[in-house]
Amino acid sequence: MNVVELTNSGLYCAAGDFYIDPWRPVRDSIITHGHSDHARVGGELYHCTKTSEPILRHRLGADILLRAYDYGKPFKMKDATVSFHPAGHVLGSAQVRVEVNGEVWVISGDYKRSPDSSCEPFEVVPCDTFISEATFGLPVYAWPTSQAVAADIFKWWQEYKEGPSLLFAYAFGKTQRILSELGHLTDQTVYLHGSCETLTKIYRDQGIKMVPTKLVSDMPKEYKFNGDLVLAPPSGHRSSWMKRFKDPQTAFASGWMQIRGNRRRRGYERGFVLSDHADWKDLVSTIIQTGAKRVLLTHGNTDTLERYLREEKHIQAEPLATQFEGEAEA
Amino acid sequence: MQLFAEMFEKVDQTTGTNEKVAALVAYFQKAPLHDKVWATLLLRGRVKRSPLTSLRMRQVFQRLSGTPRWLMDECFSHVGDTGETLALLMNAGMLALDPKPKERSLNEWMTEELVGLRTLGDEDLDRRLLEIWNSAHPEHWFLINKLLTGSFRVGVSEKLVLKALSKVTGDSESVWHQWLMGKSDRDFEELLLTFQGQAPSKELLHAIPFCLASPLEESFFVNEKPEDYFAEWKWDGIRSQIIKKGDQIFIWSRGEEMVTEAFPEIAQMASTWAEDVILDGELLVWGEDKPRDFNDLQQRLGRKKLGPDILKKAPVSFMAYDLLHLNGEDFTALTLAERRTKLESFSGTRTHPRYRMSQLVEFTSWDQVKELQLQSRELGTEGLMLKNKHSLYVTGRKRGNWWKFKVQPYTLDAVLLYAQAGTGKRSNLFTDYTFALWHGDKLVPFAKAYSGLDNKEIEELDRWIRRNTLEKFGPVRSLKTHHVFEIAFEGIANSTRHKSGIAVRFPRILRWRRDKTVDAADKLEDAQKLIEAHV
Ligand SMILES: [Zn+2]
Ligand SMILES: [Zn+2]
Repeated sequence: MNVVELTNSGLYCAAGDFYIDPWRPVRDSIITHGHSDHARVGGELYHCTKTSEPILRHRLGADILLRAYDYGKPFKMKDATVSFHPAGHVLGSAQVRVEVNGEVWVISGDYKRSPDSSCEPFEVVPCDTFISEATFGLPVYAWPTSQAVAADIFKWWQEYKEGPSLLFAYAFGKTQRILSELGHLTDQTVYLHGSCETLTKIYRDQGIKMVPTKLVSDMPKEYKFNGDLVLAPPSGHRSSWMKRFKDPQTAFASGWMQIRGNRRRRGYERGFVLSDHADWKDLVSTIIQTGAKRVLLTHGNTDTLERYLREEKHIQAEPLATQFEGEAEA
Repeated sequence: MQLFAEMFEKVDQTTGTNEKVAALVAYFQKAPLHDKVWATLLLRGRVKRSPLTSLRMRQVFQRLSGTPRWLMDECFSHVGDTGETLALLMNAGMLALDPKPKERSLNEWMTEELVGLRTLGDEDLDRRLLEIWNSAHPEHWFLINKLLTGSFRVGVSEKLVLKALSKVTGDSESVWHQWLMGKSDRDFEELLLTFQGQAPSKELLHAIPFCLASPLEESFFVNEKPEDYFAEWKWDGIRSQIIKKGDQIFIWSRGEEMVTEAFPEIAQMASTWAEDVILDGELLVWGEDKPRDFNDLQQRLGRKKLGPDILKKAPVSFMAYDLLHLNGEDFTALTLAERRTKLESFSGTRTHPRYRMSQLVEFTSWDQVKELQLQSRELGTEGLMLKNKHSLYVTGRKRGNWWKFKVQPYTLDAVLLYAQAGTGKRSNLFTDYTFALWHGDKLVPFAKAYSGLDNKEIEELDRWIRRNTLEKFGPVRSLKTHHVFEIAFEGIANSTRHKSGIAVRFPRILRWRRDKTVDAADKLEDAQKLIEAHV
């Protein structure tokens, strides 16, 4: 039985008459997390975790209709029992567990297993069918530890006093994770691009400890940021915003930076391998740990992982053609 | 190796030229003598041997790790480089290793560790590579793999290497340029002497900064008088200067690169002249009555060693535009009209078949010039050059002296049919596209293009490709026919080597025609008409 199926509007559960991360406006949307390919405007009623609520209100509108739930607390949607479980991806991110007549499906949303002091850690949820992301579904992706990357970032920043160190990272999730990791190493102020401000505040309000931050735009015109770390979204790279800085060194924090060509193609001097998605070995081990008999794959390199699971691990795996985008916040 | 690895990392991780030079200088100050020579050769891409083929290295890895072949292939096509892929897989723990790093100098790696591998049988090679990988620092696996396959590259220009060497030794960059010119690992002993300060001294002759043309503006024909101008055909080769003084000959390209070694027949020709000269002109592969494919020429620059086949298959000629020096006399402050007289009299006494002089195109009115320009393609040129007769030979693009009146590129609207991941820089994106034209109710591939889209469009198209793949043939994906692109190209000719029967030159994407549906794309017959119109 298909507890969840793919429709034109997104992943749909007929028994509960709701969608999960739909890409078209529908009545009931269960949202795994606030990234734009998972949480879209126009829905009538959103269901999400309590920590996700302020993020969704910020991104989709303060007055959206929304019901927020605790992690692990089951609730009824018609004939389906639904619960949220931490996905370790960003603050408030969840896997969605759906049970109908004793059959259990888990929709992972985006997830990672590496430790992250800015969000709730991933929890393995046993299930019959697991819908897993596969953004980094190739064995060449193997993440270094978060502490090692944070130490590299810190060193890169500290060793450059002649100008600002501009570190580009996605405004929601990655930026706060870096601010939180750096908090273990320093209490120096880090400067932020305007687009990271509200989300960083939302994180702070929920008790996530981070280094002190100030807005770039709040600093006087003549302030040079020499020796300072500045965090900005990738859209700021090579934009007119960058003209504000003299002699900057630039870097990008993303899982894609594992491959040298990616860094060069995007024109960053330095790449820090830091991802909010699972690497290959974590994808494979998570899938095995769920005990799922059947695995449906979304995002990115699904065909490689699919074949690997079938041929090497004898797990029934299939691709699922969703509109989730592996690239965006990786 | 540690020193070399640190230098590589620094050079690789900055785009600042000062930082790059500083890293090189620091390296050359600290490194042992033999390492300096190896590093110089590696930085300039002059180590000719490769201890192992990429294929064999992959096979070793596959045997040792038991990774399925198809999975490794997926990784290679994603990363685009064997050495890097294997280093990533090693770091990911796909191969059981027990690293016990032992520091060795670059010279030891190059002359003791990474040698004699080609002749080993599979079993011995497996054992040897395991030893090599285990004895290297895991952070150096990438470099070691690149050295193993002879594919070490780093983003540092020749100029910066010369600058660093000059800073360290006090000898000028030009002198270093000449000392290193044409030198490879085969000249190791000679280079050792150079680095010990016992290099032969030589005088270096530089090109005069090139005088360049600006693109023509509409107002030109209103503001300028025809009698003030010479017209010449605009040839599409390699703009260059030949400098001959005594028995020394240098050929410089416009990019300030010394290309003497790539054009031995031109250097040979110049050596037969009695005069000392500096000539400005164009290197061209001349066919029967017009230049041949630019690719023939391009090949020359890429090759490290020119075989007799390429010299014979695509002999190069020099088309002289301007005479800048003659027997020590400087003509750059003369007007173009005066220089032209000098050039004509010099050229009049040349007999070598590789020498040509650019002819003046006669005209009396701008309307006539516009008409003549329409013949450019037929003659194998890119358009016309309009040069002010009173202009001096000045550096760069001084507006108002030289103008280029280029022909418009051809364009056709074609359907995206196949895509393939790029290599190197673009290895995890589909950036190599094949475009097709209609032939009856079939789409026939007619051009491949790699460039023309911006990064945003590339990423958007990449995502579309991943969702709309019909079939995979190795790295190539056939796609749903949906997108139409306007393809521009410089030349078009009949070809038996292509399925479509036509070959186009420099195809590139002009724009994404989101406004067009597949049925509105052009036909093969439209391409055929372009050929007929110009033959
Ligand atoms: Zn996400
Ligand atoms: Zn996602």
